Amino acid sequence: MNSRFEVEQDPKSRDTYYLNMGPQHPSTHGVMRIKLHLDGERILSAEPIIGYGHRAHEKMAENRDYIQFLPNPSRVDYLGGMIYNIGHCQAVERAMDIEVPERAEYIRIICNELNRISSHLLWLGTFLMDLGAFTPFLYAFDDREKILDILDRITGSRLTYCYARFGGVILDIDDIFLDNVSNFCTYFVERLKEYEKLVIGNVIFRERTIGVGIFAPDLVQKYAITGPCLRAMGHAHDVRKDEPYGIYDRFEFDVPTQTEGDCFARTLVRMEEMRQSIRIIEQAVSDMPDGLFLAARVPRRIRPPEGDYYFCVESPRGNFGMYIASDGSDIPFRLKLRTPSFSHISTMPAVMAGTMLADAVAILGSIDIVVPEIDR
Amino acid sequence: MKTDVIQLFENPYLALGVTIAVIMAYLSVNAIMLIWLERKLSARIQRRIGPQRGPFGLMQQIFDMGKLLSKELLTPEHANKLLYVIAPILVFAPVVALSSLFPITSTYIFHDFNIAIVLILAISGINVIGIFLAGWGSNNKYALLGAVRSVAQNISYEIPLILSVIPIVMITRTMSLYDITLAQDTYPFVLVQPIALIIFIISATAETNRAPFDIPEAESELVAGFHTEYSGMRFGLFFFAEYSNMIFACALATVLFLGGWRGPFLPDAVWFFIKVYALIVLMMWFRWTFPRLRFDQLMKFAWVVLVPLSLINLLITTLVLKIV
Repeated sequence: MNSRFEVEQDPKSRDTYYLNMGPQHPSTHGVMRIKLHLDGERILSAEPIIGYGHRAHEKMAENRDYIQFLPNPSRVDYLGGMIYNIGHCQAVERAMDIEVPERAEYIRIICNELNRISSHLLWLGTFLMDLGAFTPFLYAFDDREKILDILDRITGSRLTYCYARFGGVILDIDDIFLDNVSNFCTYFVERLKEYEKLVIGNVIFRERTIGVGIFAPDLVQKYAITGPCLRAMGHAHDVRKDEPYGIYDRFEFDVPTQTEGDCFARTLVRMEEMRQSIRIIEQAVSDMPDGLFLAARVPRRIRPPEGDYYFCVESPRGNFGMYIASDGSDIPFRLKLRTPSFSHISTMPAVMAGTMLADAVAILGSIDIVVPEIDR
Repeated sequence: MKTDVIQLFENPYLALGVTIAVIMAYLSVNAIMLIWLERKLSARIQRRIGPQRGPFGLMQQIFDMGKLLSKELLTPEHANKLLYVIAPILVFAPVVALSSLFPITSTYIFHDFNIAIVLILAISGINVIGIFLAGWGSNNKYALLGAVRSVAQNISYEIPLILSVIPIVMITRTMSLYDITLAQDTYPFVLVQPIALIIFIISATAETNRAPFDIPEAESELVAGFHTEYSGMRFGLFFFAEYSNMIFACALATVLFLGGWRGPFLPDAVWFFIKVYALIVLMMWFRWTFPRLRFDQLMKFAWVVLVPLSLINLLITTLVLKIV
């Protein structure tokens, strides 16, 4: 037999087999591969194999100065691009003590939260598509399109934003933008109820998600689980609340938690998070001050003083951290990106073992991975 | 009074040929129209417009068929060629064979067979073999998994399906579809056997591998299930078979529970097809609303819910028939 067709076989047993889920597979959400060791439909072990989409973002950061690196973070996580873009700017601002005008801070909050909702909507659609429901996918994309239109109007891009600058944002907003945002808020609160009716109440959806993919409590510390996955396990950890960055401490919002830690709990947490994001946006729109949108006196050359800086923001998937090791020059000596999806995909061997093949798809969908963020 | 179309011909082979030709023509056109209907209906449900080529998007399916027909028929290198090639035919053939049994009008029928129900239940099981051969023959793990799931699912759901048909046979004391329709002179049997109809529709949805029971071809898990490796018109045949199976199951439900051709004002055949397509729209509605069940939940639903329920229904029917 041609070696090309040799099949990987478990040496101990002929009743089990290996199934490569990926690199091209409809539910890996990108170019990723999970090697499943199966006994019939039951998963004996799962091994995520990553790196197919590696683009060396961290190495690129070492070859260019901070301004040239501006477009990169939003390419790391293309669904939460705005949050990553703003996070990068905030990290450098904190390192260099750059003052950000009030108006810019409010604009950033609105953009952040709109981006969070659009990311969660895409997650909702694809997750349900993984479970076999096609219709919510199109509903979610329809609503997400409205957010993209709003952001498109001020930033000029729909997916990979490069809107923030050191000391503010590149372009000012206008009243039409604020109107659009508040119209969207009133519209979306009603839509959320519809989603909940369509999804949460469905018997089959509950059957498929309740008790499936439970994260054991010890995984939290082993793999540094953050974000909605952590909040679904009962820990009310949210960077926006715990160590507020920007002006998040001025807004009133709750950190939704569930205790079960299964796929259903993660769904509930994300649904509620969208509602909380709407609350933040409404407060920000009503308080929007006048003034500068970009600080008047930003240093010409971005040179953080020598030292190590770590800055963390709450991305739709969890903690997104930036570790900057600066040697005082234009170019970072090292820039490490801490991405939540990487931590979460590492838990897969522990979570997937013992479940069914269909559960593997549900679990993978429920943790909301973005593959370029894993590979960076 | 009824006339058997087959008996109009002197030569039985000619009769057979004409019957098959008519049924094939109908099923092909029907499949194309049902794909159009499904796409338009799903577009309505999902707030989209749907296909737009030609008037009402009707040309879209014609073009799609042209594309399928012009595609190369690939055979994977390590596939079992014989099984791989005959599988799509085996899936499609039973429907063609059995469609001749349905009384569409009160006057003409291709062939009225006195044990039609037994024949239908027996031969419609053959397409499972076709699906399994497709999965086995194409030498692909996803296809094999889909085939294994499909066999388990079809065998499990055949039992409630048969159990939901038996009460009708007990009431009418006949197995001829024509006589069953005649027996629904005063009222359709859905009024006396509503539970049987519900069980029948659920089981038929599972038998035809439609969502929410489409686990043999669950695209998010198994890529395309048992027909992963098929291309061109071989894939098209599976596609045709799915829609033909749908119309077959819905026609059976129409005859057994909804009174077949019976209805006021309109001609017989019109009533028959109105009922059939109403049921088909219902099945499509299921597909675009529900997520997919997991494999073990699906089996549990058949054995723990449907089989006992249909047995109880059977028991009650027996008792009532004994008393009345």
